[in-house]
Amino acid sequence: MTNWREKFIELLLIGAASASILIVLLIFLFLAKEAFPFVLDPGIKELLGSQWIPVSFKKEVFGILPLITGSLLVTALATIIMIPFGVLGAVYIAEIAIGRERAFLKPFIEIMAGIPSVVIGFFGLIILSPVLKKIFQLNTGLTALSGAILLALMAIPTVISISEDAIRSVPKSYKEASLALGASRLQTIFKVVVPAALPGIIAAVMLGIGRVVGETMVVLMVTGNAAKITFNPFESVRTMTATIAAEMGEVAFGSDHYQALFWVGIVLLSVTFGLNFIAQKVLTRYRMG
Amino acid sequence: MKKYGKLIITSTIAGLLLIGCGRKTKSAEATFLTIKGSDTMVHLASNWAEAYMDAHPGIDISITGGGSGTGIAALLNGTTDICIASRKIKDKELTLAAEKGLQPNEIATARDGIAVVVHPANSLTTLSIEQIGKIYTGAYTNWKQLGGADQRIIVLSRESSSGTYVFFQKRVMKKKDYTRDAMLMPSTSAIIQSVSQDEGAIGYVGLAYASEAGNRIKVLIVKDGDKPAIKPSIKAVQAGDYAIARPLYFYTNGEPSGIVKQFIDYVLSDEGQNIVLETGYVPIN
Repeated sequence: MTNWREKFIELLLIGAASASILIVLLIFLFLAKEAFPFVLDPGIKELLGSQWIPVSFKKEVFGILPLITGSLLVTALATIIMIPFGVLGAVYIAEIAIGRERAFLKPFIEIMAGIPSVVIGFFGLIILSPVLKKIFQLNTGLTALSGAILLALMAIPTVISISEDAIRSVPKSYKEASLALGASRLQTIFKVVVPAALPGIIAAVMLGIGRVVGETMVVLMVTGNAAKITFNPFESVRTMTATIAAEMGEVAFGSDHYQALFWVGIVLLSVTFGLNFIAQKVLTRYRMG
Repeated sequence: MKKYGKLIITSTIAGLLLIGCGRKTKSAEATFLTIKGSDTMVHLASNWAEAYMDAHPGIDISITGGGSGTGIAALLNGTTDICIASRKIKDKELTLAAEKGLQPNEIATARDGIAVVVHPANSLTTLSIEQIGKIYTGAYTNWKQLGGADQRIIVLSRESSSGTYVFFQKRVMKKKDYTRDAMLMPSTSAIIQSVSQDEGAIGYVGLAYASEAGNRIKVLIVKDGDKPAIKPSIKAVQAGDYAIARPLYFYTNGEPSGIVKQFIDYVLSDEGQNIVLETGYVPIN
């Protein structure tokens, strides 16, 4: 009887632990199932086009390239902004800040991570984009850059928290050796500690990028959503996430448009899955080393 | 073992209760009504619903937006009693409905004018439908080409899930595609926000929203062919003079009955049509 009970509880725990794996698998399967008919009818080549015109009286076109370049541009810009803030912030909190400063800074950074994206998007729409428009003399403030700045803001807490962990877990002996050899504090930080923590920092940035790629509400609100291929930060772009969010509600069930949106979903999920996978790999290797 | 026995009994009872609840909501149709669809109509529909609920306590009406397409999809999936739509149901959707054995029933409940709006500093006051169409298809890209200032035109549109998007494409753009530079805004208020900030912007919004925005934007006078240019107003829409106007619909599955019918009767009554006027739309008669 006890044995039976033990077994049952064990099974329950295994079930709970592996549920998320199962769910991810099921999501992939579901996406693939809904997206697949597109391969047969309009053909997969349709997806590689450079125009996304899902509603048309003439011919609907489902080229996802502009959506991919849109996501790429916003993500790249956000990464460029988030790395210096995230990494330097982590260095400061882990190495330089005294106890009281840290006790003050940490909770605030964590609060930032918890701000709902709609609120950040609203801030972007009303405050940030008019300011950017003024500073850069633009025609409109709804650009890839506005989206990137807000996304960086959302990803920075993730980058700081994980980078800080990495920096803190650099063995004390490294630092002591460096200081004993006569290196200054700054030299120690940037020549010894940060390089030693680099794999962890890279993983942190990867996870931050994962967050940026998947974020929807902010980009929907502030990037203007024009589906065109551009690499100009001051142009409007349409990201994959915003496209799914804006169009999925309307689309006729089972239509070409519906299937094309599922393809966008597959691309998106693959990218975030890949990023997280690489980040995990980097993290485990570094923890073992 | 006893414990598990108890657990099984409890969960069975809980399950039965849940099933009971499910039944109850179904038969409670008589007091609960869901409305879903066009963002253009959400404001109007909630005004109707509030007035109706005041007069009929005990009846609850829930309203959600999302776009005409979303509403029609909900009607086809059976998740809403009434779909509000700012465009006619498409042939594709009718085919889908027929496959599911549904018969969408169309009721025109009000009319709406679409105002074309620009930044207050824009020097132009009048454009023809053809010119507006050419701006939206991308044939014109600078206000200079239309006799305005030397400034790039920022083309603002609603998202493609919006009934207004499709209506505008049909009525103004002669069914041509939107320019790739068109920025698709998630809501009418986002269009107004942008138009009020960007000197080169042009957008389209429902008449009610345009009058609410006041001086923050400028409403263009629209010329249709050889007819005199008309400034959009409730009167002009009612008289049929203003060119960019459309009916707003209710869709139900089959002939409405019970509470759905009572609500629709109210909407079409003088009192209901008065609310249309108060909300800034145009009565159907």
